[in-house]
Amino acid sequence: MTLNDLVKEFGLEVKAGAGLLDREVAGGYVSDLLSDVLAHAEDGVLWVTLHIHQNIVGVASHKGLAGIVLVQGRVPEKDTVAKAEEEGIPIMVTDLSAFEFVGRLYKAGIRGA
Amino acid sequence: MSPREVVSAAMRKGMDLIGVCDHNSAENVLAVKKAGERNGLMVLGGMEIASSEEAHILAFFDDDDDLLAFQEYVYEHLVGRNDEHAFGLQVIADDEDGVTGFCDRLLIAATTLPAEAIVSRVRAARGESLVIAAHVDRESFSIIGQLGFIPPSLALDAVEVSARMSANEVRERFPDCKKFPVITGSDAHGPEDIGKRFTCFTIADGTAAEIKKALAGRDGRKAEC
Repeated sequence: MTLNDLVKEFGLEVKAGAGLLDREVAGGYVSDLLSDVLAHAEDGVLWVTLHIHQNIVGVASHKGLAGIVLVQGRVPEKDTVAKAEEEGIPIMVTDLSAFEFVGRLYKAGIRGA
Repeated sequence: MSPREVVSAAMRKGMDLIGVCDHNSAENVLAVKKAGERNGLMVLGGMEIASSEEAHILAFFDDDDDLLAFQEYVYEHLVGRNDEHAFGLQVIADDEDGVTGFCDRLLIAATTLPAEAIVSRVRAARGESLVIAAHVDRESFSIIGQLGFIPPSLALDAVEVSARMSANEVRERFPDCKKFPVITGSDAHGPEDIGKRFTCFTIADGTAAEIKKALAGRDGRKAEC
């Protein structure tokens, strides 16, 4: 499944990296602690978080994540979007809570590592 | 930001005293202190430590040996190597802006130290020290943002409010802050931010010992923001 499939399926709003949505999603990870993502997220997974600070982009780039979904309609900070465009990290937004969104991802076949 | 850039920006903005805190590191502090000394700018040396809860805490030490020993303690509790592509170069400079090395630790990461452990360790320093909750008005990486409220047992000297909110706004939005002296600071990450926000201290010299008195309102010392 690609990011594009998920954007269409769940009506995600794309905030950065619109040209990179053909990336395959290898799995999912949900966490709001950056250090936890640094330690445990695996290559190619989609990261679900409510964190909007620009450091999420550095972490996603370092870990080679497929992209980031912000939950609860969170608006990424301006610096975050700029850095994501620069680093090639897609950022998408859902209005759902993390619990609801991850539940739907799981149902769609995305699994944790 | 290089040591000379920091010092000249601070002097341009009319600062008398600045606090220098890199994230989880103090490698550049002594260079900034030396550059400041040469130009008549007082520099208080410290670190901004990311606790295991990802709350940022500022620690300042009057004694450089205390600062360096504290840095060792932080390094012992910091895992990983820097990725220059993702997080940038971590330059170590001298007081003339010469590059003397690079720090290859993953300084952006959080330490494995809980906030309580950081505060107790700072307090155990031989010389005078200050421990301050950083930018409590920010949602990310502030003790209130990460933990919901300030744990009552946390023996902070003050809470810092960044340029994003006024001290009064913070006291209103986060009643916990009324329990501590409030200082305002720029949380500067680039020279253009230096001096955007400051606290006016009435003190005899630029030491943690004097600032501590000012925060407590002792001996005619004052902190106004």
